[in-house]
Amino acid sequence: MSSGSGSRNTEPWGSFDDNLIQGGGSAVIDMENMDDTSGSSFEDMGEMHQRMKEEEEVAAEAAATEDDVADDGEFLGMKGLKGQLGRQVADEVWQAGKRQASKAFNLYANIDILRPYFDVEPVQVRNRLIESLIPVRMINFPQKIAGELYGPLMLVFTLVAILLHGMKTSGTVIVRTHTCTHTLFMFLCLLKCSLCVYLQREGTLMGTAIGTCFGYWLGVSAFIYFLAYLVNAQITMLQMLSLLGYGLFGPCIVLLVTYNIHFHFLFYGLWLLLGGLSTLRMVAALLSRTVGQTPRLLLCGTLGLLHMLFLLYLHFNYHTIVEGLLDSLEGHNMAPMQRVARDVPEVMLNATARNPGMLLSAY
Amino acid sequence: MAASEEASRPFAGLSDVSIAEDIPVEGDISVPVGPSRRDDEFSTLDEPVKDTIMRDLRAVGNKFIHVLYPKRSSALLRDWDLWGPLLLCVTLALLLQGGAADHEDQGGPQFAEVFVIVWFGSIIITLNSKLLGGTISFFQSLCVLGYCIMPLTVAMVVCRIVLVISSGRVVFAVRLAVVTASFGWSTFASTAFLADSQPPNRKALVVYPVFLFYFVIAWMILTYSPQQ
Repeated sequence: MSSGSGSRNTEPWGSFDDNLIQGGGSAVIDMENMDDTSGSSFEDMGEMHQRMKEEEEVAAEAAATEDDVADDGEFLGMKGLKGQLGRQVADEVWQAGKRQASKAFNLYANIDILRPYFDVEPVQVRNRLIESLIPVRMINFPQKIAGELYGPLMLVFTLVAILLHGMKTSGTVIVRTHTCTHTLFMFLCLLKCSLCVYLQREGTLMGTAIGTCFGYWLGVSAFIYFLAYLVNAQITMLQMLSLLGYGLFGPCIVLLVTYNIHFHFLFYGLWLLLGGLSTLRMVAALLSRTVGQTPRLLLCGTLGLLHMLFLLYLHFNYHTIVEGLLDSLEGHNMAPMQRVARDVPEVMLNATARNPGMLLSAY
Repeated sequence: MAASEEASRPFAGLSDVSIAEDIPVEGDISVPVGPSRRDDEFSTLDEPVKDTIMRDLRAVGNKFIHVLYPKRSSALLRDWDLWGPLLLCVTLALLLQGGAADHEDQGGPQFAEVFVIVWFGSIIITLNSKLLGGTISFFQSLCVLGYCIMPLTVAMVVCRIVLVISSGRVVFAVRLAVVTASFGWSTFASTAFLADSQPPNRKALVVYPVFLFYFVIAWMILTYSPQQ
């Protein structure tokens, strides 16, 4: 029970030895003012700094408790001996557990790794949003792509909010019904809707919206990054995430407008205009970083196709179409999800396939 | 014999602590308190349960008042607690439960959905504000965001009462007005607390996700319609 100065192993039964905490670490290097924000080296430094700081804290804490514990032992004499031992054991268990937990936490939940990607000013975000709709023609020299995650993340959440708004329109929606002769689109939508009905059975609206948006952002980014890796294009995962995230700005505007003003030709026009512009911007950025005709075709064709189809999908699948104004006004007692199916004689669908049935009937 | 008897008793040697007369003894013999714990100042273990509950309720109520009149005060931040947010979240989720649905799968928000939205939304906003360089701590931020849901919960109660009475165009306009006002109030109240902890040029970056968060909750409240 002596108050050992630096060693932790003061108990006869051998306390919990931790090899990581040796020799009372003094953090000589202060990593806090590192300016080097290039990729992985910053992350490593950040982690090292965290670990050293943590070692310092733990060692200081341990020394403090040890001193107190040692003082107690000397004064309490005979009666306190058993209680003293018990208390020490309990303290050691607690300290060891806390150390393990904080090590695991710092390893897996260290958000400081993401800090440099959120280092933006509002002006920069605004500029990047506007630039995402302006394709740049220079494709012979790699275009600069900002590696930032704040804008893309906020855009994905905005898209989720817009989807919710579109899904849960209150009953006061007027729709001009008209016939649509685009059978190919109908077929595609039917396909998508049947898939969606299957998936939505177990889900909720919010879950579906979040799953769709995040799934698209992360999934397509990863897929295009994988293709880029295959064809040796010069783009990193962060840049891809950032590019695709900002490319969602156009679709956000389109959906916001067309969920409130239900003219199909307006949608098609905006789809081509804004969707096309944002796709062109992404495609141009990718083109500038790829060499070779076939890789360029593959990469940019895939991205363009996926992006345009995604906007189409979002519009047709998450859009409730309600007929008539008067019915809907009294229909505050009706479901927020208005799936009113007109009887279309040539299409007889049962209740489980109501979604496609509604869609077909709208045309 | 006597020695063996003595030795057989445990701690025999220690009972014989004697101080020699020729060595002067000085100092004060007082038992040290041990590693000081914070709640040793007053022990709350022995007080009646009613006192404990009343104290916590009073603290929660005090914070509700601070949300109602959002001025620059540190009560919400300094003595944060998560009772209020839990109470509000549960109330809101219960009130939103069972929104009209003719098809079970696509009905109104379920209890778990509201819960998840509120808590994960708050966590994401907190992480965002920390990553942007905020000085507020994790639980303080959760506390502020949770307490500022109160105007929206009040709006939900009002909407439900109004919907019981009647439904129609005028009622919808009333509900829209109430929900919009409470949404603005919530956003304003929470930014009054959160924005102070950010560097001055980044306030807009922190306010926007808060705006989205309360917008989603306000939208869920507005589109709620009771089951017939």
